[in-house]
Amino acid sequence: MARRNPRFLRDLLLALLVWGVAASVAGSFLWLVGDMLWHGAGQLSWNFLTAATENAGRSGGIGSILVSTLLILAVAMVVATPLGLATAVLLSEFVSPGNRFAQLVGLSLDVLAGVPSIVFGLFGMAFFSVFLGLGFSILAGGLTLACMALPIFIRTAEAGLRAVPDDWRRGAAALGLSRSAALSHILLPAATPALAAALMLGIGRAMAETAALIFTSGYVDRMPSSLADSGRALAVHIYDLSMNVAGGDANAYATALVLVVLLIVINNIALWLAQNLLQKRIAQS
Amino acid sequence: MKPLAAISVLKTFAFALILAAAPLAHAAEQKLVLTGSSTIAPLAAEIGKRFEKLNPGVRVDVQTGGSSRGTNDARNGLADIGMASRALNPEENDLKSFTIALDGVSVILHKDNPVKALTNQQVIDIYTGKIANWREVGGKDARITVVNKAEGHSTLELFLHHFKLKNSEIKAHVVIGDNQQGIKTVAGNPGAIGYVSVGTAEFEVGNGTSIKLLPMDGVAATVENVRNGSFPFSRPLNLVTKTAPQGLAKRFIDFARSKDVNDLVEAQYFVPLAR
Amino acid sequence: MILSKPSISSPSRADARLTAALALAATLAVGILLLIVLFLLRESWPVLQRVGVLRFLTDPGWHPLEGMLNLAPMLGATAASSLGAILVAGPLGVASAVFGRYYAPPAIAGLFRRMVALLAGIPSVVFGLWGLTVLVPRIAQWQPPGASLLAGILILALMVLPTVALTAEAALGAVPESYLRGAAALGLPRSGIILGVALPAARGGIVAGILLAAARALGETMAVLMVAGNVVQMPASLFDPVRTLTANIALEMAYATGDHRAALFVSGLALMLLVVTLVAAAGRLGGRQLHG
Repeated sequence: MARRNPRFLRDLLLALLVWGVAASVAGSFLWLVGDMLWHGAGQLSWNFLTAATENAGRSGGIGSILVSTLLILAVAMVVATPLGLATAVLLSEFVSPGNRFAQLVGLSLDVLAGVPSIVFGLFGMAFFSVFLGLGFSILAGGLTLACMALPIFIRTAEAGLRAVPDDWRRGAAALGLSRSAALSHILLPAATPALAAALMLGIGRAMAETAALIFTSGYVDRMPSSLADSGRALAVHIYDLSMNVAGGDANAYATALVLVVLLIVINNIALWLAQNLLQKRIAQS
Repeated sequence: MKPLAAISVLKTFAFALILAAAPLAHAAEQKLVLTGSSTIAPLAAEIGKRFEKLNPGVRVDVQTGGSSRGTNDARNGLADIGMASRALNPEENDLKSFTIALDGVSVILHKDNPVKALTNQQVIDIYTGKIANWREVGGKDARITVVNKAEGHSTLELFLHHFKLKNSEIKAHVVIGDNQQGIKTVAGNPGAIGYVSVGTAEFEVGNGTSIKLLPMDGVAATVENVRNGSFPFSRPLNLVTKTAPQGLAKRFIDFARSKDVNDLVEAQYFVPLAR
Repeated sequence: MILSKPSISSPSRADARLTAALALAATLAVGILLLIVLFLLRESWPVLQRVGVLRFLTDPGWHPLEGMLNLAPMLGATAASSLGAILVAGPLGVASAVFGRYYAPPAIAGLFRRMVALLAGIPSVVFGLWGLTVLVPRIAQWQPPGASLLAGILILALMVLPTVALTAEAALGAVPESYLRGAAALGLPRSGIILGVALPAARGGIVAGILLAAARALGETMAVLMVAGNVVQMPASLFDPVRTLTANIALEMAYATGDHRAALFVSGLALMLLVVTLVAAAGRLGGRQLHG
């Protein structure tokens, strides 16, 4: 849109308002991040990332916490990705929007997306930890997060698949391809960026989670040796350091910085992967 | 390119099933599970790590919660050892308790609050809402913010017991979960009054946090006075078992009560038992 | 090269198998929701059966250890804090989207978008910590105790603002360029184009984003627990400390046993009920969008 001088008072007012809001949002953001950097940046070092926690987290590092967090995420993604992808494919490619079953699935997903994380925590504790006997374990935590990340993942993936132009589907049909072949050779590759973005969103929601994990993957800050071990996630560590351990604030902020940086890194990797995969595919065909 | 999507879906399901089944199959390792008091949890975790080093092949898992959870889990067998930051209640007499350290509970105010001491009756009146302004107890003209602990924490139970109050009588303005939330809340509000563990509060004062500890019955709230037994509001930190401990649990409890962990106890700002 | 794949030899059978597998996966996804409701019911059943539903609304207070189980004040607090957060974050988020889309120079717009995305990624514990050490003391200077509904609303608003801003910006981006050019050709002032054409055209996406944000505010736990004061009472003013349903579960679950634990699962059920209501409302609003 062309920029022009505000001709009317209303234009000027709206411009002022919008700039003001943007400035205050940016201000709060800088305040928040500045606060984290101010308190936590001094603690960061390679040793902090790799060493085990000592003295209840006041000293030492977060090596074991990082490993536990990544394992929990891995479990969540291994379970959620195929399940989510299959559901998204079904919803976008195999049933019409008016289909009863599709409507039921859609409605359940909308509700599931809105379920508070603490309720997932309650459910995870009652179902995975107690009923299935997984106890406090990385597995229980990961499965709980998988349930939690599923609706976002499905909805985003579904939207990505729907965004693939119908011409491609018609082209595939004209070539006599089965729907499964069209799916794995044309639709999924074309939707890869959206699928990566979906995964990213799922990870984003899961990674910063405290409430769902404190009851399922637990509090143990030792280096886990199997998925059956209890393992403390980054966000749980931050909570314990800031709320339960005197003198733990600096490391709490430092851990928070690590968590945020990790999110940015995962974000960019997913984006890069998506773009590169897409380019390769287009080059092939 | 991958083969059919359906096959990969099935494969991953199978993988997930194997994953889910694996932990059920292997439980051979010697493992000790401790649950309960969030006050003791960091200490128990540290003792556990040292115990693991001395006893290869043993794992000590510590889960946090509250003292009531600790005694309950010990009774139900959900935990090998429960943690309770108080003496056992009469209805918990079926359990065995082993003190590993001492801790005091102290009333704290903001550093800038001119009030130097409160009588027990004044504390009761403040917590029940009869006194709502610091002026009434010799302070500035400012509203009192009463900081109370959430139900289930033993600090609350001890506080209620010490001042002979019921929780439903308390008119709190802020309810907190763990210790540090209380310290941060009082440090951020010049009119606040709260109660927390003596050791951590003393540590925070030493670090320049804006709080101060009030004496209790004229005895200063210091770790030293908890140690020598003169501070009237102290509590034992207990490990709890259902029956007389045997084997690994007994070894761990003996270790946690020995001199070998005194430095760990002091590092968490508690008072060690063994000299 | 696609034609050489063997799967096209019997397309119908492969497709049938695939469809069955996909339907199974989708059923599992639906099953999770059923499972959640089932287990919440199972865990809360003992207390629901013994004391009934009504007492959760009529008891004199929430003192589970003394057998008083009134959840109503916490329902009120949850509703008030989420509503407040949406009232603050809704307009601010939409204004942020308008800024990024129509006002900011391209370089600043990109930076601003990244910043908002990053804000969405900051863990809730950090918001809580910041609220407890920065925001609450400031409110306390003005209106003690500081830990209050207001603090909860402000922190929640900051947390859900990115959701509103990002979805609103996407919705604005989807408004056909021709609408805007047409409006400009008609000589509409800039404010007229944005308020009268772009925002109404993007209404559906914006409403969806706001409802998504509302659900997030409703379910947020740790940050609210750290700043809202956690006193069980029906909020009468912005400066009253309140305890939300989620904070109640997080505060007490770790050591709750017996009926107390079951009662906390009842609050989990209550939260589910609120979410279902919200989704139903979204469905109705969305429907009206389509026809109106």
